[in-house]
Amino acid sequence: MRNIATLLLLGGLSFLLLVITGGLLFGNPPMLIGQGIQQAAPTEVGAANIVTAVVLGYRGLDTLGELSILFAAATAGGLVLGSTRGRSGRPGGFILRTGVDLLFPLMLVAGLYVVMHGHLTPGGGFQGGVILAAAFFLPLLARPQESLDHTWLSVIEALAGSAFIALGLAALFEGRAFLTPLFDHGVLGALVSSGSLPLLYLAVGLKVGAELASLLVRLSADDEGAS
Amino acid sequence: MNWAIGLVMFVGAVGLSVIGIAGMLMSNHLFRMVLALAVAEAGANLLLILAGYRWDAAAPILLPGHSTQAMVDPVPQAMVLTAIVIGVGVQALALSLVIRVRQHYATLDMRVARQRMQDALDQAAGVVPPRSQEGPAGERPLPAPTRTIEAGGPHD
Amino acid sequence: MIWIAVMLVVLTLAAALAVLLLENLLAAVAAASVVSLGVAVMFVILQAPDVAMTEAVVGAGLSGLILALALRRLGQATLDIDANEAEHDA
Repeated sequence: MRNIATLLLLGGLSFLLLVITGGLLFGNPPMLIGQGIQQAAPTEVGAANIVTAVVLGYRGLDTLGELSILFAAATAGGLVLGSTRGRSGRPGGFILRTGVDLLFPLMLVAGLYVVMHGHLTPGGGFQGGVILAAAFFLPLLARPQESLDHTWLSVIEALAGSAFIALGLAALFEGRAFLTPLFDHGVLGALVSSGSLPLLYLAVGLKVGAELASLLVRLSADDEGAS
Repeated sequence: MNWAIGLVMFVGAVGLSVIGIAGMLMSNHLFRMVLALAVAEAGANLLLILAGYRWDAAAPILLPGHSTQAMVDPVPQAMVLTAIVIGVGVQALALSLVIRVRQHYATLDMRVARQRMQDALDQAAGVVPPRSQEGPAGERPLPAPTRTIEAGGPHD
Repeated sequence: MIWIAVMLVVLTLAAALAVLLLENLLAAVAAASVVSLGVAVMFVILQAPDVAMTEAVVGAGLSGLILALALRRLGQATLDIDANEAEHDA
């Protein structure tokens, strides 16, 4: 009975979605805001990657809200999982250990590259932060006895979050709106350009990386009980 | 030709959302519900990106030469960018809740977990449940359940 | 080009069905990663390289890692179907 009701709901839902989109101006959307942003972004923000200009420049408050949601989710996850008791398990084999040692610096460089070039090429703080978190988690796979220091992760996360808000507040002192990009936006396409956007993305990257790394460490730890 | 690509992907997006919602509704396994949520999320994100897609446009990244080129809408892309990262945070929270449920009720089946939770609540309140789900239907009171909760109760 | 899109969509939908239908949960996690990867390629075709990168890194990489770690902690990270069945019935 429940399955029949579910199937009916799904049929109706897919029908509705298909019909609604049949009426959309599909493939040629009336992009009023998008058009305006594309014309204004190169001179107003100076980021070659317009998505970055939207994420950090025009809708920076959204990104701050997203960071808070991620922070709340990671904190709640850590709270629900409770205190960890450390890891057990055999250390990885020779190939895993050597591969991890080889990959760790490369992933670090790749993550930092993606973070720092977020305003020029696809990428940015979120993607780079995830790569950084994975880079710091990899050694734990090879050597389960070691552990990342939670204190340091918390310090990095707190400092990065504060830096994001401080950069936002600094715009207030100049008489502009919260999170307005600061500084001169320089030459379009240069590494040091688009004002404070790279700094904001660096803060985002560090925060996301530290949060996700601590989450991964908590998830990979052993249960308190037997199991 | 490009409109056909968009159409095919639209079908894919609707299919992913529907499959994900179907999995969430029809499955009783908690872990699989989390997986289905991820699938539905992917479908919704694809739908959003498709809403900003233009047939004739390039990616929203300025290149030194072509500054007057038509571009796809960057606003939905920025929204989806944040949605994906929030999604993984929510997923991690859901998974830690699933791990907690498993620690307390020693099961991953939603119905069993609900039954055991109800039993534990009744026991804590000292109430004899009026009707067990496993017993015969009817209004007559049944004897108190003799079934104990395996590995139940909080650890700490 | 159109055939690439059709094949991608078919592959992704098949992987999504596999997520729901596979008995082994570890295999279902792998299928979920395949779904994310397929969607990431679709984002590339739809001219959204930023989103594609995020989906590939987060959806296919980190999310799969988190799911697999949680599965290990749940004691179900096994390739043995019988063990899963026993757990499911318990």
